[in-house]
Amino acid sequence: MTQATTTHRTDSGQEIVPPIKWRAPGAMLLFTLVSLFGFVLFTESGTVTTFRTATGGEVAEIPNTAVPTVPALWLLTVAMAALTAYATMRAVRREPVGWWPPAIFGAVFIIAFLTWVGAGATIPLTSLLVGGLALSVPLIFGALSGVMCERTGVINIAIEGQLLGGAFMAAVVASIVGNPYVGVLAAPIAGALVGLLLVFFSVKYWVDQIIVGVVLNVLVLGLTTFFFSTVLTENPELNQRFRLPPLPIPFLSDLPIIGPVLFNQNILVYLMYAAIILLQVLLFRSRWGLRVRSVGEHPKAADTVGIDVIRTRWVNPIMGGALAGLGGAFFTVGSGLAFGRDMSAGNGFIALAAMILGRWNPLGAMAAALLFGLSRNLANMLSTMGSVGIPGEFLLMLPYVVTIFAVAGLVGRVRAPAANNKPYVKS
Amino acid sequence: MKLELRGITKRFGSLVANDSIDLVVEPGEIHALLGENGAGKSTLMNVLYGLYDPDDGEILLDDRPVRFDGPGDAVAAGIGMVHQHFMLVPIFTVAESVALGYEPAGRLGIIDRRTARKRVTEISDRFGFDVDPGAVIEDLPVGVQQRVEIIKALSREAKILILDEPTAVLTPQETDELIEIMRQLKAEGTSIVFITHKLREVRAIADSITVIRRGKVVGEATPDTSETELASLMVGRSVSMAVDKDPAEPGDDGLVISDLTVLDSRNNVVLDHIDLTVRRGEILAVAGVQGNGQTELTETILGLTEPLQGSITLDGKELTGTDVKSRLRAGVGFIPEDRSTSGVISTFTVAENFILDLYDVEPFARAGTLRPQVIQDNARKRAEEYDVRLRDVDDPISTLSGGNQQKVVVAREMSRPLRVLVASQPTRGVDVGSVEFIHKQIVAERDNGTPVLLVSSELDEAMNLGDRIAVMYRGAIVGIVPGDTDRDVLGLMMAGVPLEEAQAQAAVHRTALAAADDQTEEAP
Repeated sequence: MTQATTTHRTDSGQEIVPPIKWRAPGAMLLFTLVSLFGFVLFTESGTVTTFRTATGGEVAEIPNTAVPTVPALWLLTVAMAALTAYATMRAVRREPVGWWPPAIFGAVFIIAFLTWVGAGATIPLTSLLVGGLALSVPLIFGALSGVMCERTGVINIAIEGQLLGGAFMAAVVASIVGNPYVGVLAAPIAGALVGLLLVFFSVKYWVDQIIVGVVLNVLVLGLTTFFFSTVLTENPELNQRFRLPPLPIPFLSDLPIIGPVLFNQNILVYLMYAAIILLQVLLFRSRWGLRVRSVGEHPKAADTVGIDVIRTRWVNPIMGGALAGLGGAFFTVGSGLAFGRDMSAGNGFIALAAMILGRWNPLGAMAAALLFGLSRNLANMLSTMGSVGIPGEFLLMLPYVVTIFAVAGLVGRVRAPAANNKPYVKS
Repeated sequence: MKLELRGITKRFGSLVANDSIDLVVEPGEIHALLGENGAGKSTLMNVLYGLYDPDDGEILLDDRPVRFDGPGDAVAAGIGMVHQHFMLVPIFTVAESVALGYEPAGRLGIIDRRTARKRVTEISDRFGFDVDPGAVIEDLPVGVQQRVEIIKALSREAKILILDEPTAVLTPQETDELIEIMRQLKAEGTSIVFITHKLREVRAIADSITVIRRGKVVGEATPDTSETELASLMVGRSVSMAVDKDPAEPGDDGLVISDLTVLDSRNNVVLDHIDLTVRRGEILAVAGVQGNGQTELTETILGLTEPLQGSITLDGKELTGTDVKSRLRAGVGFIPEDRSTSGVISTFTVAENFILDLYDVEPFARAGTLRPQVIQDNARKRAEEYDVRLRDVDDPISTLSGGNQQKVVVAREMSRPLRVLVASQPTRGVDVGSVEFIHKQIVAERDNGTPVLLVSSELDEAMNLGDRIAVMYRGAIVGIVPGDTDRDVLGLMMAGVPLEEAQAQAAVHRTALAAADDQTEEAP
């Protein structure tokens, strides 16, 4: 993508030295210093950090791993310094730093952070991952809804509303029928309805897509809150707790660490795996995907080869809305909870950010959503552990610090589908 | 296949874009549709291609009436179109672009990439196009993108190919290659409708010519009709094709650019050590295919872009490092290349657009308040002076035609005392009458002793107006030559060939367009 040249020898034969890009090495230096002065120098020598991986029942239990904190932190900090030095060297030579040094750096920093906060205590690694995935599920569904929608050129700010609608619908229908699976079937309908309204106004009447999305979020929040405080409060039998049972996959679920994390989940999570893979393949390999992407990038070009732009822009956001609705079900029947007001609590917007961070790409969106989910779970866990010498409020900042680092170091400029928020008007 | 249009009428509100147009294209002929910008050529072809629904009239293919509800129907009937603005998705590969809408696919609709690539290479090889099916569209030069569009049409077995202003973005040599391709296609029996406003090309290639003016067919012609006759048919009155100007009397150095280098946000070199000097009382024309750094050059002179290194001086005073406003105050006049995005504010009134750069100075403003009466009087005076046709100076400028909007821009920039005029594509999308007028104004400004830097991707304009011509290619100046340099030499320089080599090559091989020139000169 970027040219890997130190200096440009141009057609005129003269050399041009471009300015050095300090962003990546600068950020890495900052975090190395944080590690050095924040972690290493403020840890008492002789403490030990323990990582617990076993949850019981695996084929081969991995025993708890105990590491001496200070030497481990030194080692990790030196690794960070080395990566920083490498990135600086690349930058001074005007070469692109690439994606892997910041990625490895980020991983090393998180391990160092865990080692530091876990000094003299135990970090439950597996349950950290399990909880992180659980927090990521609605985010991933929401981000996939965004991908479906925005790849056709319709901006989906309404993910929040779609999640909330799905959560509501799943809880109420499951309560009426008395079966959580029926709730799972019903949840996409709520999301799809929100998607339908989105395209009705933005595609048919060319209303600004962002405005419609915001309005829809408010509408869904208002409606669900209203029903929650009236109908559902008066008739508690309409809003009961149901939990989708976990469906452990034979053998796979017995593997250490990844077994309990990935393969002992309920139907929603398995549907999510399928949706990610299917969407990734279809979007970039299939006829449908090529057409969808052409509509989002250059609708007129799509029209000139006989692709029905308007129809694509109707169908896709509705299907995307259905996906987000399914994700919303995870808040209620997926987690064994009854519906509560504003349950989605801003997850739709984080899903939107994950979609952008993932560059409108299903796998990328998944990675970004996992990053958000894991760091959030980490923050929750640490603030309850309370053993570290920093206030819990600071720990709750962690997800956002991670986000800033990810955006600054990894992403750089992103490129949205070119026709986003541009109505297609035919004469 | 024979194509016939009968009484095609298309209205947009009160505007009649096509007024009962009749047109017959015989099988295997190259039929030129000649007309000015806005005459209704593209509208007619969009009707034929199923993009617009005609209000009246019918389309016949091989004498059978057909109806197209969308481009899909037109393509199925054997009509292919290469649009003026290419219908290609920038981030797709060539193979994907050609396949789009007609994808070879297997199970689950997964695209068979090998077949898709083969389709491209087969046609590419047959016509010697040399197009790589794996290349990404946005990385390709426009000439190659155009070939992709032609491959796209041919892969759907087009029997009638519509080319909408196909040469607008090409160098003369690329144009020559396109003409060769058109002849090959014709030899294979494809009928071609060739839309253009360039008379020279029409005479070089067309078998028959239909001239359109203001939405109506105003005449038929044959390729041996003279350019002057074609021009007067197209415009509706006699026009002089050449610009009357006396030889330049250059004085002191006005605008001096030295070692100017600019990088874009991705560190690609967009201006490569540019050295240019424009003297007082001369027009230096910058020729080159669009996208070779001309935009960046003019924007850097105005101060929209900061250079990495180099200097720009005006009458010996350094301009770099100062902001746009102080450069305007220093006497830089700037006609931007894109009127609609940076020339006028379309929702503002004509009067307001006349003072966009003088809104805060006497006499138009006093004590921080605009003075509407003065502004309106100024607008009326300038409109009169520059022959701007308008109803009322308080109408939004969007109600004016492109040519009249451009005259407002020209009038605004030239009504200040100028130390240098930078005119970028000053006549793009402007009718022939206004072109003549704007050219005269630019020459008059030169005769006043103002140095003029004229950027034009229309080689004819650069040759007509330029006292000297600087040719740009990939951000660098290939060479600076006298204004009367041979068209073929300039064309080769526009493709990056240095002057001496270009002269040697041009002496051996004449392009079709230059050959047409030669003939005209021999037998007037």
